[in-house]
Amino acid sequence: MIAQDEKIGVYVCHCGTNISGTVDVSAVAEYARTLPGVAIVREYKYMCSEPGQDLIRKDIEELNLTRVVVSSCSPLMHEVTFRKACNDAGLNGFLFQMSNIREQCSWVHDDRERATAKAKQLLAAAVLRVGQQVAMEERIVPVRPETLVIGAGIAGIEAAVRLADAGRKVYLVERLPSIGGHMAQFDKTFPTLDCAACILTPKMVSVGQHPNIELLTYSEVEAITGYVGNFRVRVRRRATSIDPTKCVGCGLCWEKCAVKKVPSEFDAGMSMRTAIYVPFAQAVPNKPVIDREHCLHFTRGKCGICQKTCPADAIDFDIQDEILDLEVGAIIVATGFTLFDAGELARYGYGRLDNVLTALQFERLSHASGPTGGEILTKSGERPGAVAILHCIGSRDENHLKYCSRVCCMYSLKFAHLVREKTHAEVYNFYIDMRAFGKGYEEFYRRVMSEGVHFIRGKAAEVSTVAETPEEEGKLIVVGEDTLLGVTRRIPVDMVILASGMRPAEGTEKLARILSLGCTRDGFYLEKHVKLAPVDSPSDGIFLAGACTGPKDIPDAVAQGAAAAAGALSLIDKGRVIIEPITSEINPEVCAGCQLCIMTCPYTAIHFDSERNVSVITEELCKGCGTCVAGCPSGAARQKSYEDSQIYAEIEGVLA
Amino acid sequence: MSTTVNSNAGASASASTSTRGSDGRVFSYYPGCSQMAMNRAYDVSTRSVAARLGLELVELEDWNCCGATAYVAIREEQAFVLSARNLALAEQAGRPLVTACSGCFVVLNKANKYMAEDPELRSDITRALAAGSMRYRGTVAVRHFLDVVVNDVGEETVRAQVTRPLTGLKVAAYHGCQFSRPFGERADPEFPDTMDRLVNWLGGETVPFALKAKCCGGLMMTTQPDVGRALTGKILKAAKEAGADCVITCCPLCQFNLEGFQRRVGAAVGCDCALPVLYFTQLMGHAFGLDARALALGDSLTPVAELLHREAVHS
Amino acid sequence: MAVASLDLREVFLQKLYSIPNGRKVNECIQCGTCSASCPTSHAMDYSPREIIAALRAGMLDRVLRSNTVWLCSSCYSCSVRCPAGIPFTDVMYELKRLGVKHRIGDKGAPNTVMAREFVHLVDRRGRNHEPALIRQYFLHTNPLRALRQFPLALRLWWRGRMPLRGHTIKGAAGLRRMMAAIEENGSK
Repeated sequence: MIAQDEKIGVYVCHCGTNISGTVDVSAVAEYARTLPGVAIVREYKYMCSEPGQDLIRKDIEELNLTRVVVSSCSPLMHEVTFRKACNDAGLNGFLFQMSNIREQCSWVHDDRERATAKAKQLLAAAVLRVGQQVAMEERIVPVRPETLVIGAGIAGIEAAVRLADAGRKVYLVERLPSIGGHMAQFDKTFPTLDCAACILTPKMVSVGQHPNIELLTYSEVEAITGYVGNFRVRVRRRATSIDPTKCVGCGLCWEKCAVKKVPSEFDAGMSMRTAIYVPFAQAVPNKPVIDREHCLHFTRGKCGICQKTCPADAIDFDIQDEILDLEVGAIIVATGFTLFDAGELARYGYGRLDNVLTALQFERLSHASGPTGGEILTKSGERPGAVAILHCIGSRDENHLKYCSRVCCMYSLKFAHLVREKTHAEVYNFYIDMRAFGKGYEEFYRRVMSEGVHFIRGKAAEVSTVAETPEEEGKLIVVGEDTLLGVTRRIPVDMVILASGMRPAEGTEKLARILSLGCTRDGFYLEKHVKLAPVDSPSDGIFLAGACTGPKDIPDAVAQGAAAAAGALSLIDKGRVIIEPITSEINPEVCAGCQLCIMTCPYTAIHFDSERNVSVITEELCKGCGTCVAGCPSGAARQKSYEDSQIYAEIEGVLA
Repeated sequence: MSTTVNSNAGASASASTSTRGSDGRVFSYYPGCSQMAMNRAYDVSTRSVAARLGLELVELEDWNCCGATAYVAIREEQAFVLSARNLALAEQAGRPLVTACSGCFVVLNKANKYMAEDPELRSDITRALAAGSMRYRGTVAVRHFLDVVVNDVGEETVRAQVTRPLTGLKVAAYHGCQFSRPFGERADPEFPDTMDRLVNWLGGETVPFALKAKCCGGLMMTTQPDVGRALTGKILKAAKEAGADCVITCCPLCQFNLEGFQRRVGAAVGCDCALPVLYFTQLMGHAFGLDARALALGDSLTPVAELLHREAVHS
Repeated sequence: MAVASLDLREVFLQKLYSIPNGRKVNECIQCGTCSASCPTSHAMDYSPREIIAALRAGMLDRVLRSNTVWLCSSCYSCSVRCPAGIPFTDVMYELKRLGVKHRIGDKGAPNTVMAREFVHLVDRRGRNHEPALIRQYFLHTNPLRALRQFPLALRLWWRGRMPLRGHTIKGAAGLRRMMAAIEENGSK
């Protein structure tokens, strides 16, 4: 029921042709006039535009509207815009309701008649609902000045340094023993060919020394509670078994370590490391950790040679994992990517044939501090006479990664250049399309072409070892169609490099659950808006940077790290934040004290008042998810703006 | 046996419920046309080893052609009807359907899948079946005999039957194209290792064989002999070069192409392609101690009996 | 002369689209994986990739007059590898059927004869009978070549692998009724 004296303004948006292309907007507007309490109905090309908002403001002032409904796009898009327009004209923004006839109607239907009928139903639901809404006040809460950055690859490092340089405290959490991420593994970087270490190491050092950065390596985020401006973070620091205050990083321990055959993660399995180790020479912090899965002391209860050797007495096998509880105002997620497992595509022979390498393995092979000291050699230690680089391994493939991994074309060109430069081998790049879109990239492509690299336009179909001619004997034979010639070619080579695509880092899904973030179908984090808010997550106060939202090259990852820092800074510097008043409340008169709500609340926002024998909600922590409302057996828990009367009114509208 | 399904919508879901027979040991057996004629040795040896493994193969009563490749090439829906009739018979019998012919396996399996996924096709086929007073609800699972032996019966039971281990025998396990393609449900579509595991249980060893799932040319050996010989030649040549004493197959067409034309094939690829070729069931039966008759070794066009005799003397 | 009029072109495309995932031909990125994976592409006048390109360009004559589809051995290598998920083998089957139905192209003659004789046998008996199939095939193609097969046939016969009599299923009449029903359905 809508009260007699209500004056509801209804505005139906064309959204250019986005809505009007499928929905008969005039018919919807005409229909709105028949709904109860409606005082004025207007349709307009773009309601979100300034003139569109002016319509609302003017009507509120001149016609004394008591409630407003806009039928347009998703509330995610413009609810804030229209709420603000109402507030500007003196109408409480919570007396406004939106009906989504774009994403949930015009965009997903093509039958004009039925889409129009649906738009009418959605509008009726909004009108009936708005009649039941009540005015509410937004809450203002203070914002803590610290930021948590998760992941210390190039994006996370950039974000942390920017914030720290602005004088803000940063907790930088990294799962591995050292910061640096994938970039630390790279040899040279496209298109300028400056060495990755030369440009990254200074940044890593400054992270390690920065007074405003608290570095938490070998650590993982386990839980996060709270809300924008006031997050509480639980971090597990894995036991390194080293006392960092004593260790000077002299290296005696790993020289003496009895376990010498652990495949090095940093060298992508191309070399072996010890059980007590620093992953690479420039690691930050430059102190070892003990890998307890391989250390004899932990696996068999013997050895301990490192402890005996250590001149600083820094090794302590009894160190336990440490739990840290941090409080921060903002969070930046920069968890990066992992390489597509080329072993999934048996036809290319990775893991089955020698000298078939992944991109990361080649980076290490070509790296001056890699397993061969930067010489490009086959497994038998010889210089290759011919090398094939296969683009799009796993990427652009219906059965694996549907998307283009964006960086592979460019790093494949870089590989081609490095192989030519270092070995003078013949290089064959099998590509589908050459994607050289960035600054200086096309020029780099031209340069590599001029260096005599063979480009074969066609995806390699397989790497064979079955020779058909004497020249093929003992070689890896790459078979692929040269689509420009319409000829299947068989190229015998000594080394094959697989340009594997990028997929979300291990643990992305788990962290998504901890942070309540959404993921796309590909498993990467979902941005608030892919174009206009690429470093914002849909959750206020949580920002996203780098390859965790999709494949990125170094310039893009750095840009996003800086942008996310700016986002966090603008939140922190304001010092306070407005949060939605939509929370739950528990009526103490009705509450029976069963505490079911406390058990089900995902945000630990409810506690028990044993004196009064009732459950009590801490408003700041409540996110208004409604779980307690659904669970409460006595009906004591209610959610503002989702009252039964409002929901029923909405349902009635849909069924109208 | 599932009795709950009465709507077509449940077809794919229910298929898994009857993956095994009531006790997992009884199957409706679909021999396939070729096993009635040129490749009867496959049928004979399949029945012999099944009995040894405690698998009861009940021949599908009045089965018909599966609707093989050559048929599909001209008439598609009719080919589906042919498959569907067999599936309906198997459903009546209430047992999962097993065949040892890779060609029949793909055709029957594909028809089963497509009918489950495509409501229009399903209703067309249902109507056609009804004209012959038959009905198919979509509850039958289609299996390849090799898959059943390796993945259902398993290592322990197989090993327990071995009385003549294939010690020292080097085998090229040629799976061919249609055992694991297109669906790759039970083995890698390009590098299946099902027969490799089996040979290992029998005490033999398989050689690394890059062409183990490449195409033998199929019917082209007859229709386009140049193409067929080149493909078959590559396979035999690679098997020989890998040091294999013999090739084993799990498909009658592969078997026939590999064993029947070795001289002409050798001429086509310019090398000696003479190599014993036998069904995996024959090799398995030999390891189980079954005699040449039970495995129809006399049917072979290559010196299989000699190979196994020599091998038996060695061990 | 163009064999495929515009109307026919429409019919062809509709047929292609009706096979499961048939519309994926529109998503081909022309990467050539199919052609390089195909064991017989060297003998084809157009590679599988070119067939898809020609299909999309509406050059159906080129598609149907080529020997390509008849050289497809249904090994599914292209299908399992295609990054666009095109069900190549099914597409090739469909093109074979269209070629046969509209009697276009003679490059696949031996395969067409083989397929036709197979269908005749199965329709009559419910099962294939290999000795009869081979006899019919050579009679309709090149009887002289049959002579070259004689030694092999003899070796097979000697081993009991060439039974003279085929088997006719008991349900042959029912099967024929089913076939008639589906035929009627198709001509609707």
